[in-house]
Amino acid sequence: MTKHFFGDTTVLLGRSLRHITRSLDTIITTTIMPIAFLLLFVYVFGGAIKTGSSSSYVQYLLPGILLITVATGISYTAFRLFLDMKNGIFERFQSMPIARSAVLWAHVLTSLVANLISLVVVVLVALLMGFRSGASVLGWLAVLGILVLFTLALTWIAVIPGLTAKSADGASAFSYPLVFLPFLSSAFVPTGTMPGPVRWFAENQPVTSIVNAIRGLLTEQPVGSDIWIALAWCAGILVVAYFFATLTYRRKIS
Amino acid sequence: MTTPNAIHVQGLEKSYGDVNVLRGVDFEVVRGSIFALLGSNGAGKTTVIRILSTLLKADAGTATVHGFDVATRGADVRESISLTGQFAAVDEILSGRENLVLIAKLRHLRNPGAIADGLLARFSLTDAGARRVSTYSGGMRRRLDIAMSLIGNPPVVFLDEPTTGLDPQARIEVWDAVKELAGQGTTVLLTTQYLDEAEQLADRIAILHEGRIIVNGTLAELKKLLPPAKVEYVEKQPRLEDVFFAIVGGKDREDQA
Ligand SMILES: Nc1ncnc2c1ncn2[C@@H]1O[C@H](COP(=O)(O)OP(=O)(O)OP(=O)(O)O)[C@@H](O)[C@H]1O
Ligand SMILES: [Mg+2]
Repeated sequence: MTKHFFGDTTVLLGRSLRHITRSLDTIITTTIMPIAFLLLFVYVFGGAIKTGSSSSYVQYLLPGILLITVATGISYTAFRLFLDMKNGIFERFQSMPIARSAVLWAHVLTSLVANLISLVVVVLVALLMGFRSGASVLGWLAVLGILVLFTLALTWIAVIPGLTAKSADGASAFSYPLVFLPFLSSAFVPTGTMPGPVRWFAENQPVTSIVNAIRGLLTEQPVGSDIWIALAWCAGILVVAYFFATLTYRRKIS
Repeated sequence: MTTPNAIHVQGLEKSYGDVNVLRGVDFEVVRGSIFALLGSNGAGKTTVIRILSTLLKADAGTATVHGFDVATRGADVRESISLTGQFAAVDEILSGRENLVLIAKLRHLRNPGAIADGLLARFSLTDAGARRVSTYSGGMRRRLDIAMSLIGNPPVVFLDEPTTGLDPQARIEVWDAVKELAGQGTTVLLTTQYLDEAEQLADRIAILHEGRIIVNGTLAELKKLLPPAKVEYVEKQPRLEDVFFAIVGGKDREDQA
């Protein structure tokens, strides 16, 4: 049963990567909103925002925009999974002698690939807008590592609505709160100016520590404890989401 | 593997909430035969097929497929079957050939490409093989769907309403494919709402009604249940099917273009 796990996952991954390359519009629609935020905040609001740093606002903003990109991207993960469930191909796979979890893992890895492509697109746009980083290769690798972990964590969350949604809209609607979470964090403005309870929420929710860690790495500032808090959040969300997603999956296929 | 029957179903029960869909279904399917499960909409045909192909758990009763209990030996059952569901389960974004290659790879067969080409030819899809399935007609989709199910020559094949929505010619092609399968020793369990389809294909016919099998027998046995035939003089009108074939000429399927 599991002896074919890697082979089956690879075959199914090849299938869904073809879906991505044949519908590149999903990459475009994933990146359009983060890019719009980037343009709007840098060129319209940015001048009025005080970040307490002399460098341009795009330097400050990019980390949060990257998280928004992932949050938008995973709604397509849920959507693709939902489509497979709905049009019967999922049941065909489940009635075949393949490693049953391969179906899910193929979707998860596809989500990772698609999100990384979107992230590259957004970073390129930021570079065009004047974003610069002197971070070392190691620094960039650390940023990549955090983003991969964050994407996996959110992807496993996305699996749950993908498996259980009754409609395509339902499958992707869950990502809206995730897209707006960065607004209540240090992603756009420093938390220091926020009123009490909002500030408390902003400083203690996962996005702030993840944004601060990525920002620190890209601007070569010491990241201190932020990076460990960020990693702990990502790992924690990943484990919990994975647990509930596989539970949902097992319920679905038995 | 010791039982002579490829499928053995006893006392199968299933309800969805208050709806008792199956209330004790019993039947056997002899190895290498074609068995037709006949029933009206909502009779529970799909439910039976889903239980036998390990997609759904029964509430009570036992079912074995190819000698394996569906409840406890799911992986072995899946190794022995193929399912063609009621609605075509094909990947719209891939081409027809890619769909076939995908399934051949997932069945861990050698030469997936050659298998795909063989099946495309057998189901008159060669010319459309490179096109995306989203451009296929309903009949082409269904033929591809059935072709995908035949990959790997599983000993037991489930076909849930395989010809619903097909034109008469495509129906006959599917019938021929099913007969060919049974000729090679494959056991076929198919469901249908059409009496003539059961009549054409099946060695045995069972009628599922209100959660139970109310009749189960060969065509000849079933015909005996009807009142004896009366001799009447009638002018034989050509059936619509005859007219259709006379005009279309049997060949020149437009969807091969
Ligand atoms: N998941 C479900 N939840 C609730 N009821 C269901 C579910 N699946 C099937 N049913 C009900 O079970 C009954 C039998 O359904 P089933 O699909 O097995 O019938 P069928 O004989 O295949 O019908 P058809 O000829 O229309 O395909 C129907 O009344 C249907 O509404
Ligand atoms: Mg049905």
